[in-house]
Amino acid sequence: MDWLQLTWDTILATIVDVLPIIVILFGFQLFVIRRPIPNLQRVLVGFVYVLMGLALFLVGLEKALFPLGKLMATQLTDPEFIARVSGHVAETLRWQDYYWVYIFAAAIGFATTIAEPSLIAVAMKASDVSGGAISVWGLRIAVAIGVAFGISLGTFRIVTGTPLHYYIIVGYSIVIIQTFFAPRMIVPLAYDSGGVTTSTVTVPLVAALGLGLASTVPGRSPLIDGFGLIAFASLFPIISVMAYAQISEWRARQKQSTLSNQDETN
Amino acid sequence: MVTKSPLISIFLNNNNITIGRNLFSALKPFLESFRDLAPIVAVIAFFQLVVLQQPIPNFIDILIGLLFVVAGLTLFIRGLEMGLFPIGEAMAYAFARKGSAAWLLLFAFALGFGTTVAEPALIAVAAEAASVAASAEVIADVAEAKQGYAFGLRMTVAFSVGVALIIGVLRILKGWPLHYLIIGGYIAVVIMTFFAPEEIIGIAYDSGGVTTSTITVPLVTALGVGLASSIKGRNPMLDGFGLIAFASLSPMFFVMVYGMTF
Repeated sequence: MDWLQLTWDTILATIVDVLPIIVILFGFQLFVIRRPIPNLQRVLVGFVYVLMGLALFLVGLEKALFPLGKLMATQLTDPEFIARVSGHVAETLRWQDYYWVYIFAAAIGFATTIAEPSLIAVAMKASDVSGGAISVWGLRIAVAIGVAFGISLGTFRIVTGTPLHYYIIVGYSIVIIQTFFAPRMIVPLAYDSGGVTTSTVTVPLVAALGLGLASTVPGRSPLIDGFGLIAFASLFPIISVMAYAQISEWRARQKQSTLSNQDETN
Repeated sequence: MVTKSPLISIFLNNNNITIGRNLFSALKPFLESFRDLAPIVAVIAFFQLVVLQQPIPNFIDILIGLLFVVAGLTLFIRGLEMGLFPIGEAMAYAFARKGSAAWLLLFAFALGFGTTVAEPALIAVAAEAASVAASAEVIADVAEAKQGYAFGLRMTVAFSVGVALIIGVLRILKGWPLHYLIIGGYIAVVIMTFFAPEEIIGIAYDSGGVTTSTITVPLVTALGVGLASSIKGRNPMLDGFGLIAFASLSPMFFVMVYGMTF
């Protein structure tokens, strides 16, 4: 009964969320473009799939993963736990003692990004447009590594209490430098992958982690220091996606040069 | 009998293969969704059992929930290919054929504003931001003032995503290089950081990431790629992507501006 109620409520909430999009799409289609939509029936069925799929996805997360994930975030950031695994007293904890938090942050950042539906969508499109040169999995793993590193660094920042904007400014500088050296084709996709990583799956778990840390580390305020993890999670994928393209290009060039070397020796 | 049996066996074999293939191709999307979720399950199980050394509570509930997630992800991806991608591209082609930039830009703004204003993640962040502002004594610590602040913040972010999509679409139409615009945006954000009140900075940086929802992203991506493929001289890879980047950059700037008006 509980499940049914939750599923029904979520479907209704999803419909309310999607309503503005549907009104805009069909409004412009009817009054501005004034052309029939090709394969209208198929498109409508697709919309119903998207709605139902998103609702089921959210119900499942709400019931299965979020409660446990959030509980885990609070337990791992609990000073008692940290004191127990590090052997230090709660008052004298150093930043190194929080190592399980950093590992958890990286692992959960990686795992939630792999399951993020909007990233799957962008990766499918990118693979399609590039004629398969950018593989769906290559992009998803590159982005996931970026998120893992970003969130892990973000938790380190909360523990040490260093100002957010220093990290962001350094991150931006790396992005700008990379932009001029990365293959041109990857740059727009890399910029986009920053924004797509943080949605349905990642935000709730990461927010719980940030809040848990900021409220237990002495001297941090959850209201001020709890923010910033999402920003890290959207900055570092840009760097990792460009790096992925740079490494692929470099390896292709290496292979080519060894091939031509072989030709010369032959 | 002797002449017949090879034929029959070939026929049967073929049939078996097609049945096997059909079953496999019907199950394949579900298997892929399982694989997408496997890392989360592994991480949570490892930390619960090995690091925290606690049993997994409500095991049955979690199993049912995982089935829901797998079914939901499978349906969503099927729906993307059937509905969201085609309509995004069809509208891009139709606008390009119609040749009216004004309507296209209005559509871009409406899409950005309309999809962001009702975004649940944004509503949550705006409410939290109002509490931060109240505790920093920027606004009065009463429900009314907080609601007003949160509402203003939501409108600011929605407006900024609308503006971002206008700039993004204009860029595709004109063929401006993306990186100059984005790097210019970064520099503007960094400069603003030194003038904006301290308590708004974290919220502003985060607001860039929360605006782009699961339905907006595929739609906007299809729109950009569709536009870039239907306009002569544009490359879908170079010019089609980048709309999301604008949509996640401009809220940072506008939220800091919003913070400075108090």
